[in-house]
Amino acid sequence: MLDVHGLQQRSALLQAVRSFFRERGCLEVDTPIRLPVLLPEVNILPFASDGWFLQPSPELCMKRLLARGCTDIFQICHCFRREERGRLHQPEFTMLEWYRTGWDYTDLMQECEELVNVLAAAVPDLPGVPPGPAIRRGGCLVDLAPPWERLTVAEAFRRYAGVEARDTLAAGDFDEVLVTLVEPHLGCERPVFLSDYPVELGSLARKSAADPGVAERFELYIAGIEIANGFSELVDPAEQRHRFSGEITAIRARGDTAAMPERFLADLERLEPTAGIALGLDRLCMLLLGRATLSDALPFSCEEL
Amino acid sequence: MYTASDLRKGLKIQIDGEPYIVTEFDFSKPGKGQALYRTKMRNMITGVQFTQTYRSNDKFDRPNLEERTMQFLYAQDNEYHFMDTSSFEQIFLTREQLGDNLSFLIDNMEVQVLFFGDRPIDITIPTFVNLEVTVADPWAKGDTSGSDTKPVTVQTGFTLQVPPFVEVGDRIQIDTRTGSYITRVKE
Repeated sequence: MLDVHGLQQRSALLQAVRSFFRERGCLEVDTPIRLPVLLPEVNILPFASDGWFLQPSPELCMKRLLARGCTDIFQICHCFRREERGRLHQPEFTMLEWYRTGWDYTDLMQECEELVNVLAAAVPDLPGVPPGPAIRRGGCLVDLAPPWERLTVAEAFRRYAGVEARDTLAAGDFDEVLVTLVEPHLGCERPVFLSDYPVELGSLARKSAADPGVAERFELYIAGIEIANGFSELVDPAEQRHRFSGEITAIRARGDTAAMPERFLADLERLEPTAGIALGLDRLCMLLLGRATLSDALPFSCEEL
Repeated sequence: MYTASDLRKGLKIQIDGEPYIVTEFDFSKPGKGQALYRTKMRNMITGVQFTQTYRSNDKFDRPNLEERTMQFLYAQDNEYHFMDTSSFEQIFLTREQLGDNLSFLIDNMEVQVLFFGDRPIDITIPTFVNLEVTVADPWAKGDTSGSDTKPVTVQTGFTLQVPPFVEVGDRIQIDTRTGSYITRVKE
């Protein structure tokens, strides 16, 4: 829960985000948060809402707007994911999501560097921002001066866990190795873009031209905390339908329902090459405001309602 | 049954037939990845701790735990005997099971005894207890050079820091969670 001063700082950050994108010619959109069908993703559990769903992400509607001719759009919205609660998770959270037509994932990494630097400087006396520019969290003093580190998943797994990422995927413990051995090292001295995930872990991301085993997907880490997930969007409807089929099979095996998002796939036909990114705005607020947990960076956490 | 999503600090679960309490808990979920419930637990009988990562589909039994109000009767060797104040049933726990509770346990004190099935495994003593001071330096009135507190020993053998005016024979209230002095009690 934020006090009045914290709420003022959070508000100033939201305003700074809007200014950043408006100055760059991006259109702010506000798409519906209650949807009849979702993008099927096996590891995201949606909340049901009277036969429809609360959005776990604004990706579906935002890409449909791109298909309608929008080129550069951004949105600040609430998203909902069941059974996510912890120091860094809330079942309802604020997402900043944006899309850039004609860009790829490396262009988005650079824009991320610029955005975070602008936000850290936009509001005076942020508790988590010592002069630098930098972010301080626990024992980490994270230097924000670009360029930030670029590290592939394969390199990170070798460096910090001494294993091949592919092998952990086959053994079913990719996530455990990532969380326990790799993540704590990521972004402690400067932020890091962890990139080129196994293609199985990016069902909406484009395969790399250089290596079809990996997707052009990255996660931004600051002080060991995952802040944003971006990728070069998969814009091939046939390939996308094939990948969704796999997700739907896995969701049904779990006993839940999932349907093919047909209007989305029809619209995907008209999508230009695009890069998109979702950034956890509450987490970034938490870092900039120097708060310990996500709950501390919100007007209310779900535990306080 | 509990599922992994019920896990949180303080939750009591049963694993391999024994009761455990969650002492540390952290939820992780890498982007696009699975939910991971990283948990540190203490065996409520042996005190042994271990850490384990669970996933959403893991399930746990609820341990059969029950608290009963009982009165401390007496200690004999290593056995501390308690009586159920309604059924008059008597049981005992060992010195090891009582641990730090012994600092505040006195005859006739009512405590909560935790049973796992029909086996007593732990006690909870009142948050505030009144104990008699048995050893203390005398209060030198007018001594302004001394420190703000002095050490005393109470009837259980426990020592703590108190204000200088507390003397042998006084009864003092102690917070059993921290072992700290609250006030002098007039009776």
